[in-house]
Amino acid sequence: MPSRNDFSAARRVILKGVGAVALIGLGNTALGGLPALAAANDKYPEEAFKQKSDADAIKALFGKPHEASDQVKLDAPEIAENGGVVPISVTTTLADVTSIAFLVSENPNALAASYQIPPGTVPAVANRLKMAKTTNVIVIVEAGGKLYSATKEVKVTVGGCGG
Amino acid sequence: MASTIRVRATSNGDITEVQALIQHPMDTGFVKDAKGEIIPPHFIQRLTFEHDGKPVFIADWGTAVSKDPYVKFSFKGGKKGDELKIGWLDNKGATDATSAKIQ
Repeated sequence: MPSRNDFSAARRVILKGVGAVALIGLGNTALGGLPALAAANDKYPEEAFKQKSDADAIKALFGKPHEASDQVKLDAPEIAENGGVVPISVTTTLADVTSIAFLVSENPNALAASYQIPPGTVPAVANRLKMAKTTNVIVIVEAGGKLYSATKEVKVTVGGCGG
Repeated sequence: MASTIRVRATSNGDITEVQALIQHPMDTGFVKDAKGEIIPPHFIQRLTFEHDGKPVFIADWGTAVSKDPYVKFSFKGGKKGDELKIGWLDNKGATDATSAKIQ
Protein backbone atom coordinates (compact mmCIF):
# COMPACT_ATOMS: atom_id res chain seq x y z
CA MET A 1 0.00 0.00 0.00
CA PRO A 2 2.20 2.83 -1.28
CA SER A 3 -0.21 5.56 -0.30
CA ARG A 4 0.25 4.81 3.41
CA ASN A 5 4.05 4.99 3.12
CA ASP A 6 3.79 8.27 1.36
CA PHE A 7 1.65 9.58 4.17
CA SER A 8 4.04 8.65 6.98
CA ALA A 9 7.00 10.00 5.02
CA ALA A 10 5.16 13.23 4.57
CA ARG A 11 4.30 13.27 8.27
CA ARG A 12 7.96 12.84 9.17
CA VAL A 13 8.91 15.76 7.00
CA ILE A 14 6.24 17.90 8.60
CA LEU A 15 7.35 16.98 12.13
CA LYS A 16 10.98 17.73 11.26
CA GLY A 17 9.83 21.04 9.93
CA VAL A 18 8.00 21.88 13.16
CA GLY A 19 11.08 20.96 15.18
CA ALA A 20 13.27 23.18 13.06
CA VAL A 21 10.88 26.12 13.41
CA ALA A 22 10.81 25.66 17.17
CA LEU A 23 14.61 25.70 17.29
CA ILE A 24 14.80 28.84 15.18
CA GLY A 25 12.26 30.44 17.50
CA LEU A 26 14.40 29.69 20.55
CA GLY A 27 17.49 30.95 18.77
CA ASN A 28 15.82 34.29 18.13
CA THR A 29 14.81 34.80 21.74
CA ALA A 30 18.31 34.00 22.95
CA LEU A 31 19.84 36.47 20.51
CA GLY A 32 17.20 39.06 21.35
CA GLY A 33 18.42 39.13 24.94
CA LEU A 34 22.00 39.95 24.01
CA PRO A 35 21.95 43.71 23.30
CA ALA A 36 20.58 44.49 26.76
CA LEU A 37 23.37 42.47 28.37
CA ALA A 38 26.02 44.20 26.27
CA ALA A 39 24.65 47.63 27.23
CA ALA A 40 24.75 46.81 30.94
CA ASN A 41 28.27 45.50 30.58
CA ASP A 42 30.24 48.62 31.32
CA LYS A 43 30.69 48.75 35.04
CA TYR A 44 30.10 51.05 37.97
CA PRO A 45 33.44 52.90 38.54
CA GLU A 46 33.90 51.69 42.11
CA GLU A 47 37.62 52.60 42.37
CA ALA A 48 37.04 56.21 41.31
CA PHE A 49 34.34 56.64 43.97
CA LYS A 50 36.71 55.30 46.66
CA GLN A 51 39.43 57.91 46.01
CA LYS A 52 39.75 60.67 48.59
CA SER A 53 41.18 63.58 46.59
CA ASP A 54 39.65 65.14 43.48
CA ALA A 55 42.88 64.60 41.50
CA ASP A 56 42.99 60.87 42.31
CA ALA A 57 39.28 60.46 41.52
CA ILE A 58 39.66 62.16 38.11
CA LYS A 59 42.70 59.98 37.42
CA ALA A 60 40.82 56.79 38.34
CA LEU A 61 37.73 57.77 36.35
CA PHE A 62 39.28 59.19 33.19
CA GLY A 63 43.07 58.71 33.42
CA LYS A 64 43.89 61.91 31.54
CA PRO A 65 44.39 65.61 32.25
CA HIS A 66 41.64 68.24 32.02
CA GLU A 67 41.66 71.91 31.08
CA ALA A 68 39.36 74.69 32.27
CA SER A 69 36.87 75.74 29.60
CA ASP A 70 34.41 78.65 29.46
CA GLN A 71 32.18 76.40 27.36
CA VAL A 72 31.32 74.50 30.52
CA LYS A 73 28.75 76.41 32.60
CA LEU A 74 28.54 75.31 36.21
CA ASP A 75 25.60 76.63 38.18
CA ALA A 76 25.86 76.37 41.96
CA PRO A 77 24.82 78.69 44.80
CA GLU A 78 27.35 81.17 46.29
CA ILE A 79 26.29 80.11 49.75
CA ALA A 80 24.56 76.86 50.71
CA GLU A 81 22.77 77.03 54.03
CA ASN A 82 22.31 73.28 54.14
CA GLY A 83 25.32 71.29 52.93
CA GLY A 84 23.14 68.19 52.79
CA VAL A 85 21.22 69.42 49.76
CA VAL A 86 23.14 71.69 47.39
CA PRO A 87 21.49 72.09 43.97
CA ILE A 88 24.19 71.98 41.29
CA SER A 89 23.74 71.88 37.53
CA VAL A 90 25.87 72.06 34.43
CA THR A 91 25.32 72.84 30.76
CA THR A 92 27.84 72.94 27.97
CA THR A 93 28.05 74.11 24.37
CA LEU A 94 30.76 71.51 23.65
CA ALA A 95 29.95 68.91 20.96
CA ASP A 96 30.25 65.11 21.21
CA VAL A 97 29.85 64.98 24.98
CA THR A 98 30.06 61.41 26.30
CA SER A 99 30.12 61.94 30.07
CA ILE A 100 29.79 64.53 32.83
CA ALA A 101 31.23 64.10 36.35
CA PHE A 102 30.67 66.13 39.54
CA LEU A 103 33.31 66.36 42.27
CA VAL A 104 33.34 68.10 45.64
CA SER A 105 37.01 68.75 46.53
CA GLU A 106 37.02 68.40 50.29
CA ASN A 107 34.36 65.75 50.77
CA PRO A 108 35.64 62.48 52.34
CA ASN A 109 35.42 61.02 48.81
CA ALA A 110 35.68 63.72 46.16
CA LEU A 111 33.72 62.08 43.33
CA ALA A 112 29.98 62.61 43.83
CA ALA A 113 28.36 61.56 40.56
CA SER A 114 29.30 60.52 37.05
CA TYR A 115 26.79 60.59 34.20
CA GLN A 116 27.03 58.85 30.83
CA ILE A 117 25.61 60.91 27.98
CA PRO A 118 24.72 58.71 24.96
CA PRO A 119 24.37 60.32 21.50
CA GLY A 120 21.04 62.18 21.29
CA THR A 121 21.04 63.14 24.96
CA VAL A 122 21.44 66.84 25.74
CA PRO A 123 24.75 67.54 27.58
CA ALA A 124 23.15 69.13 30.63
CA VAL A 125 22.47 67.67 34.08
CA ALA A 126 20.94 69.02 37.28
CA ASN A 127 21.28 67.20 40.59
CA ARG A 128 21.61 67.76 44.36
CA LEU A 129 24.81 66.97 46.22
CA LYS A 130 26.11 66.84 49.78
CA MET A 131 28.99 69.11 50.79
CA ALA A 132 30.95 68.58 54.00
CA LYS A 133 32.24 72.17 54.16
CA THR A 134 33.09 75.27 52.13
CA THR A 135 35.06 73.98 49.15
CA ASN A 136 35.30 73.81 45.37
CA VAL A 137 32.79 72.03 43.19
CA ILE A 138 34.45 70.73 40.04
CA VAL A 139 32.60 69.51 36.98
CA ILE A 140 34.40 67.55 34.28
CA VAL A 141 32.90 67.21 30.80
CA GLU A 142 34.32 64.58 28.47
CA ALA A 143 33.82 65.71 24.87
CA GLY A 144 35.42 64.21 21.78
CA GLY A 145 37.74 62.18 24.03
CA LYS A 146 39.09 65.27 25.85
CA LEU A 147 38.33 66.61 29.32
CA TYR A 148 37.07 70.13 30.02
CA SER A 149 36.31 71.49 33.46
CA ALA A 150 34.69 74.30 35.42
CA THR A 151 35.18 75.05 39.12
CA LYS A 152 33.22 77.11 41.59
CA GLU A 153 33.61 77.62 45.33
CA VAL A 154 30.45 77.11 47.38
CA LYS A 155 30.33 78.42 50.95
CA VAL A 156 28.65 75.95 53.27
CA THR A 157 27.23 77.13 56.59
CA VAL A 158 26.09 73.71 57.87
CA GLY A 159 28.00 70.66 56.59
CA GLY A 160 26.17 67.82 54.93
CA CYS A 161 28.11 64.79 56.04
CA GLY A 162 26.59 64.63 59.52
CA GLY A 163 28.85 64.35 62.48
CA MET B 1 4.80 48.65 47.92
CA ALA B 2 4.55 51.87 46.09
CA SER B 3 7.42 52.61 43.75
CA THR B 4 10.38 54.54 45.12
CA ILE B 5 10.70 56.29 41.78
CA ARG B 6 8.71 59.32 40.66
CA VAL B 7 9.32 60.43 37.11
CA ARG B 8 7.97 63.18 34.92
CA ALA B 9 8.88 63.19 31.25
CA THR B 10 7.52 65.93 29.02
CA SER B 11 8.12 66.35 25.30
CA ASN B 12 7.98 69.66 23.43
CA GLY B 13 8.01 67.75 20.13
CA ASP B 14 11.79 67.84 19.76
CA ILE B 15 13.31 67.39 23.20
CA THR B 16 12.02 65.30 26.10
CA GLU B 17 12.80 66.69 29.54
CA VAL B 18 13.01 64.12 32.31
CA GLN B 19 12.88 64.79 36.04
CA ALA B 20 13.19 61.99 38.55
CA LEU B 21 12.87 61.90 42.31
CA ILE B 22 13.76 58.71 44.16
CA GLN B 23 13.14 57.75 47.76
CA HIS B 24 16.41 56.43 49.16
CA PRO B 25 18.36 57.15 52.39
CA MET B 26 21.70 57.61 50.56
CA ASP B 27 23.58 56.92 53.84
CA THR B 28 27.23 57.95 53.61
CA GLY B 29 28.69 55.69 56.28
CA PHE B 30 30.03 58.78 58.12
CA VAL B 31 26.97 59.48 60.23
CA LYS B 32 26.25 58.00 63.67
CA ASP B 33 22.81 57.09 64.93
CA ALA B 34 21.29 58.09 68.31
CA LYS B 35 23.23 55.26 70.04
CA GLY B 36 26.54 56.51 68.64
CA GLU B 37 26.84 53.64 66.18
CA ILE B 38 27.87 54.28 62.60
CA ILE B 39 25.06 53.93 60.08
CA PRO B 40 26.65 51.80 57.33
CA PRO B 41 26.81 53.18 53.78
CA HIS B 42 23.60 52.58 51.83
CA PHE B 43 23.35 54.39 48.52
CA ILE B 44 22.20 54.02 44.93
CA GLN B 45 25.13 53.20 42.67
CA ARG B 46 23.50 53.18 39.26
CA LEU B 47 20.32 54.69 37.86
CA THR B 48 19.42 53.98 34.23
CA PHE B 49 16.86 55.54 31.89
CA GLU B 50 15.91 53.63 28.74
CA HIS B 51 13.87 54.75 25.76
CA ASP B 52 13.08 52.47 22.82
CA GLY B 53 15.40 49.74 24.14
CA LYS B 54 18.43 52.03 24.39
CA PRO B 55 19.88 53.83 27.42
CA VAL B 56 19.41 57.60 27.16
CA PHE B 57 21.02 58.45 30.51
CA ILE B 58 23.10 56.50 33.04
CA ALA B 59 23.91 57.93 36.45
CA ASP B 60 26.71 56.46 38.58
CA TRP B 61 26.41 57.78 42.11
CA GLY B 62 28.53 57.86 45.23
CA THR B 63 27.47 58.71 48.78
CA ALA B 64 27.68 62.48 48.15
CA VAL B 65 24.39 62.51 46.25
CA SER B 66 21.72 63.96 48.55
CA LYS B 67 19.13 61.85 50.34
CA ASP B 68 16.04 61.21 48.19
CA PRO B 69 18.00 62.03 45.03
CA TYR B 70 16.76 64.32 42.27
CA VAL B 71 18.09 64.45 38.74
CA LYS B 72 17.09 66.28 35.57
CA PHE B 73 18.23 65.74 31.97
CA SER B 74 16.86 65.93 28.41
CA PHE B 75 17.11 63.82 25.29
CA LYS B 76 16.10 63.93 21.63
CA GLY B 77 13.98 61.35 19.82
CA GLY B 78 11.18 60.78 22.36
CA LYS B 79 7.53 61.28 21.43
CA LYS B 80 4.42 61.87 23.51
CA GLY B 81 3.04 58.47 24.58
CA ASP B 82 6.43 56.70 24.34
CA GLU B 83 7.50 54.62 27.29
CA LEU B 84 10.53 55.50 29.40
CA LYS B 85 11.96 52.75 31.63
CA ILE B 86 13.77 53.67 34.82
CA GLY B 87 15.67 51.40 37.20
CA TRP B 88 18.18 51.67 40.03
CA LEU B 89 20.58 49.37 41.88
CA ASP B 90 22.10 50.18 45.29
CA ASN B 91 25.27 49.00 47.07
CA LYS B 92 23.30 46.35 49.01
CA GLY B 93 21.99 44.82 45.80
CA ALA B 94 18.45 46.19 46.17
CA THR B 95 16.72 47.37 43.01
CA ASP B 96 13.57 49.10 41.90
CA ALA B 97 12.20 49.83 38.46
CA THR B 98 9.26 51.60 36.91
CA SER B 99 8.14 53.02 33.62
CA ALA B 100 6.54 56.30 32.67
CA LYS B 101 4.77 57.63 29.59
CA ILE B 102 6.20 60.72 27.95
CA GLN B 103 3.62 63.52 28.19
